Amino acid sequence: MSNDAPETGAFFARDREWHPKPLTPGYKTSVLRSPQKALLSFDNTISEITGPTFGHSMLGELDNDLIHNFARNGESAIGERIVVHGRLLDERGRGVAGALLEFWQANAGGRYRHKRDGYLAPLDPNFGGCGRTVTDERGFYAFRTVRPGPYPWPNGPNEWRPAHIHFSVFGHGFAQRLITQMYFEGDPLIARCPIVRTINDPAAICQLTAALDMNATVPMDALAYKFDIVLRGRRSTLFENRLEGN
Amino acid sequence: MAQPLDYLKESPSQTAGPYVHIGCLPNFCGIAGVYPADLGHSMVNARTRGERITLSGRIIDGTGTPLRDAMVEIWQADAAGLYNSPSETRGTADPDFTGWGRQAADPETGLWRFETIRPGPVPFPDGRLQAPHISVWIVARGINLGLNTRIYFPENEAANAADPVLSRIEHKNRVPTLIARRDGAAYSHDIHLQGDAETVFLDI
Ligand SMILES: [Fe+3]
Repeated sequence: MSNDAPETGAFFARDREWHPKPLTPGYKTSVLRSPQKALLSFDNTISEITGPTFGHSMLGELDNDLIHNFARNGESAIGERIVVHGRLLDERGRGVAGALLEFWQANAGGRYRHKRDGYLAPLDPNFGGCGRTVTDERGFYAFRTVRPGPYPWPNGPNEWRPAHIHFSVFGHGFAQRLITQMYFEGDPLIARCPIVRTINDPAAICQLTAALDMNATVPMDALAYKFDIVLRGRRSTLFENRLEGN
Repeated sequence: MAQPLDYLKESPSQTAGPYVHIGCLPNFCGIAGVYPADLGHSMVNARTRGERITLSGRIIDGTGTPLRDAMVEIWQADAAGLYNSPSETRGTADPDFTGWGRQAADPETGLWRFETIRPGPVPFPDGRLQAPHISVWIVARGINLGLNTRIYFPENEAANAADPVLSRIEHKNRVPTLIARRDGAAYSHDIHLQGDAETVFLDI
């Protein structure tokens, strides 16, 4: 990975005040699915420091193009065409190279291609809703898609998710594993959403809100949004006596 | 005032939601033709070294109902106790064992199942051995931040008793929540999100 020696440091402790708490009654499903007892804390062992990695070689040509990866030949998904790009960093600000990102989303009408989604908005026959990519040597990534529509969901009598893209992120250690969501700058539904509001700190919500990036647009083709993602950093091992076999 | 430390904050987690399969297991949920196979579906091949085992279980909510929309990932050492990872510096793991698996809970029964091998023991940072274990990560609708836990093997009584992580559990009656049940080469393990039998989850 990049220019560094193998990464064997333990990860920075997770800031569990910054992340949503397990029990967030405004998001009703959390009530019966949130552990209530204290977590067991211990310093990372090799089981947490290591993790699976995925090479660029496993990627198909259209994996990072949701406009076309499910579309019939010569056709494309309906919707506002966008590029989503950014950088995967760790908490020390270093790019995370060779990391797998997977993303999924509703179509432009707010409908998922999933048996459980009964929203009356139509499926787009040319849109599957999944994509993936691997970050480059400096942690950069990009993909093309259509802007997903907001959709209603049965948490309350009239609740709507803001437009969002789900992200699943691998770093290099199993303890870095993260799933999150990207929101779009200016969407008035962000502040109203019970899932967004599982996060307490407004600055943390900003961190999940991608900005319109006119510099990265493709003129006459696609708008662009910039979304950086940060994974846990690794502690320095400079002054540690590393035991053999550790 | 002092100089700012200038560390970034980890991106906050958001729930995987009910449609996590679209992104992580598209073939499983009927989105065919985008990827040749779902990642993590197969951990072993015909050449993988070690004893074959299966590991299955359910994730149970606060009413006793299995989650039917969860996704489970596991990570483990190979038969010799080496991880298939660039961060593994003690040797080279079996190239025919990925060490990583990903499965969905069954949409009807909530049951998930992995075909894998028995892992070897790996060291704790102080050099002691940890008992053989499988690391587990769970996401689902209603889970705001992925849950980490471990699964240990019931027949390794002495190793489990000496395990540095299990030893940290203050209430010893909770240790069995991390130990699978065995039926030959088939292990089963239910994970309880709440209640008296709540599984020990890890802050790692
Ligand atoms: Fe969604």
